Amino acid sequence: MNILITGILLSGTYALVALGLTLQYGVARIMNLGNGETLVAACFVAFWLYTAFAINPILGLLIIAPGAFLLNWAIYALALQPLVKRAKNRGQLESDSILATFGLLFLLQGLMLLGFGGEYRSYTFLSQPFEIFGNSYGLNRVVAFAAAVIIAGALWFFLYRTRQGTAVRAVAVDPVSANLVAIDVARTAAFAFALGGALTACGGALLSTFYTFNASMGVIFTMKALIIVIMGGVGDVRGAVLAALILGISETLVASLIDPGLTLAATYGLFILVLLFRPQGIFGRATA
Amino acid sequence: MSTAALSVSNACKQFGGLVAVNDVSFEVGEGELFGLIGPNGSGKTTMLNLISGALQPTGGEIRLSGERISGLAAHHIARKGVARTFQLVRVLPSLDAEENVMTGAVFGHRRLWGEEARQLARALLDRVGLGGRAHMPVAAMTYIDQKRVELARALASDPRVLLLDEWLAGLNPSELQTGIGLIEDVGREGRTIIMVEHVMDAIRSLCDRCVVMNSGRKIAEGGVSEVLADPDVVRAYLGDDDA
Amino acid sequence: MSRLSQDELRALGLGAALVVLAALLPLLDQGFYLSMGVNIMLYAALCTAWTLFSGPTHYISLATAAFYGLGTYSVGLGIDILPYPILLGIAALVGAALAGLVGAATLRISGVYFVIFTFGLAELVRQLVTWTQTKFATAIGLYVFTDFTEVHIYLMLLALTALVFLTGFLINRSRLGFAMRIIGNDETVARHAGIDTARSKIVLFMVSGAFIAIAGAITAPRYTYIEPPSAFNPMISFLVVIMALLGGTKRLWGPLVGVIPFTIVMDIISARFPNHTSIVVGLAFFAIVYLLPDGVTGRLEQLRAWLRTRRAAGHVAAVEKQA
Repeated sequence: MNILITGILLSGTYALVALGLTLQYGVARIMNLGNGETLVAACFVAFWLYTAFAINPILGLLIIAPGAFLLNWAIYALALQPLVKRAKNRGQLESDSILATFGLLFLLQGLMLLGFGGEYRSYTFLSQPFEIFGNSYGLNRVVAFAAAVIIAGALWFFLYRTRQGTAVRAVAVDPVSANLVAIDVARTAAFAFALGGALTACGGALLSTFYTFNASMGVIFTMKALIIVIMGGVGDVRGAVLAALILGISETLVASLIDPGLTLAATYGLFILVLLFRPQGIFGRATA
Repeated sequence: MSTAALSVSNACKQFGGLVAVNDVSFEVGEGELFGLIGPNGSGKTTMLNLISGALQPTGGEIRLSGERISGLAAHHIARKGVARTFQLVRVLPSLDAEENVMTGAVFGHRRLWGEEARQLARALLDRVGLGGRAHMPVAAMTYIDQKRVELARALASDPRVLLLDEWLAGLNPSELQTGIGLIEDVGREGRTIIMVEHVMDAIRSLCDRCVVMNSGRKIAEGGVSEVLADPDVVRAYLGDDDA
Repeated sequence: MSRLSQDELRALGLGAALVVLAALLPLLDQGFYLSMGVNIMLYAALCTAWTLFSGPTHYISLATAAFYGLGTYSVGLGIDILPYPILLGIAALVGAALAGLVGAATLRISGVYFVIFTFGLAELVRQLVTWTQTKFATAIGLYVFTDFTEVHIYLMLLALTALVFLTGFLINRSRLGFAMRIIGNDETVARHAGIDTARSKIVLFMVSGAFIAIAGAITAPRYTYIEPPSAFNPMISFLVVIMALLGGTKRLWGPLVGVIPFTIVMDIISARFPNHTSIVVGLAFFAIVYLLPDGVTGRLEQLRAWLRTRRAAGHVAAVEKQA
């Protein structure tokens, strides 16, 4: 029970990060391997806001989210849109965007290493215990989870109840047809990419309230986000949430019952199994 | 157990809700020039894809001289002696004409290699009218010449059954005559040929028998002139008023 | 086997000459330059072996670190038990086996998923080895004590690189090489011509994996103390990709053009600006995507083709002027 709830609490932040990536890949068709760096950057900014200006991370989201939005929009417009324009087919765009986002990954990681050094950091925020069903959990985890739920809910509302959101979903399903019904695909893709970045950054900021972070951990989170996105089905919001729950719980399970040193191995193992047996994910459509 | 060169029994192909090929059966005898015709969307190319292994049938059986080939992967079927051309000509752009033709010989059931394969390729290029152009890059060739290369490539594997997917499409009248002549020539040497075609003149002059498909079903089978006079066939092509 | 053409004989001759030249390095220097030579030769072997598979198939593999690490660990585990040449053979077999499994599993996967799969795999192998070492051995690392000097390692890597090139040369002239060219042009045509496309790719991947593992085995003595983070260092995978793509993978010798300058640059950067290595790597990826999509050799070929058309146009203009 303890494991279950810890896993669920963890999965809240995972879900946000995965939702960010699924928007970027599902709508903008960019597999952003530098996604984890946005997360780490958000951790550092949240840390800085809290330690230097005593702005708590939840409020800090109001700064971090728009900041990440603008940064990711810039990245898409400057670095990725030229690739979209020049790609003759989807395969070429994929390989180009892999290489470009690798570049992004290393560049951002390098800059953060330079700026902040490689040590682990953390800060205490709401670390008092909070009781659920007789066990105590960090209040920060609970609050992070609650915030994640609210943000995910807002996203759902946006995607399924607003015009702009429906346009986003349309582009995810079929950009060509979306173009034919007067949706500005290029702008929507850029918007989705930026929004994805903002979501990941929210996940990062919330994560930093209870997780010890350092400048080089971006890659691990990119991998986890990828696993969740692929497991849940690319572009599918429900899938991302469900898969995040599965990952969060299984990670906690392995760490508590088997060996904390094997969590990453278990995660990668799960990933490889998904790719082998159901590459389209739980809710995904099988691609050609 | 029939020993027809190719026998299709109750072949079906379903894509989700769409049934592209619906319970189609026919037989092609050894050395026959067999036509597979029908209006657009009737499932002819899908049928050809089922035979060549590009698609797997969702029902029914296809046999090559009595041996079952349906359900095998395309390369296995090719190795058993089935060769084809494609609706939109697929030449290999970074290889020259000779290498394009060799492709058919090297991996088919003859498994030729080296000088033997090259000689065969050159002989076939001569035969299809591209003599002397063995080292020309195919990307620089005209459409009909590329089609000739594709035909030579298919012939290079010495196929037991040759599948032509609208090979005469997109040709002007004089090219069409040349093309019909080429196919006639290939048929004369005793090869079994299945042609999917829209060009009616070609069907009339070339084919012994044919099968007409419409909306996935077989609606007629038999000698060419009797099939083309069949009111069902006319209705399928031209609509109710002209039947 | 058909006779070798003029071009091919010339290429073989040139290759042999280069090997002889390279073999002379230990006579000139046994310190810094030899060390650098070992690095260059290692990445030459790795990148060429990588290109054997990733060149024709256009699949970017990040599994290099997995094969390399397994090769290193084969030596690390067996050095006190078995003779060295046998360990090299074991490394090759282990590399080929892993590549065979991965190849068989991933051929339905294309593009992005393949890259991620191989990266995840390399990390999985690393985690598993770390865990087995902590659980079943007293320490995570292994000691490797041999009599091999830098000179031995350099010459072995040189021999390996030459072998990789020779293998690539033979494959190109074989049915497999022809099949890969056809697959690269049009996979549907390949299948309809009777080519088992899956098997061809798997075989190539196994050859590639075996060579990379041998490279790992050869360099094991250099470390003296082997541990998973350095044996299975993911940077190896990324650096191999960068150098091969920078050089250009259309030709088998393309990666060499990337290896030599980039190893030197990375050596300088890690010595003088160790905190900037990631940034350099990031910029290298950008350079590949935006400036050199076919690598340096690709650009040079473009230049050659452009010059040729210019010259042809010049001829035509000159002839027209006379007329």
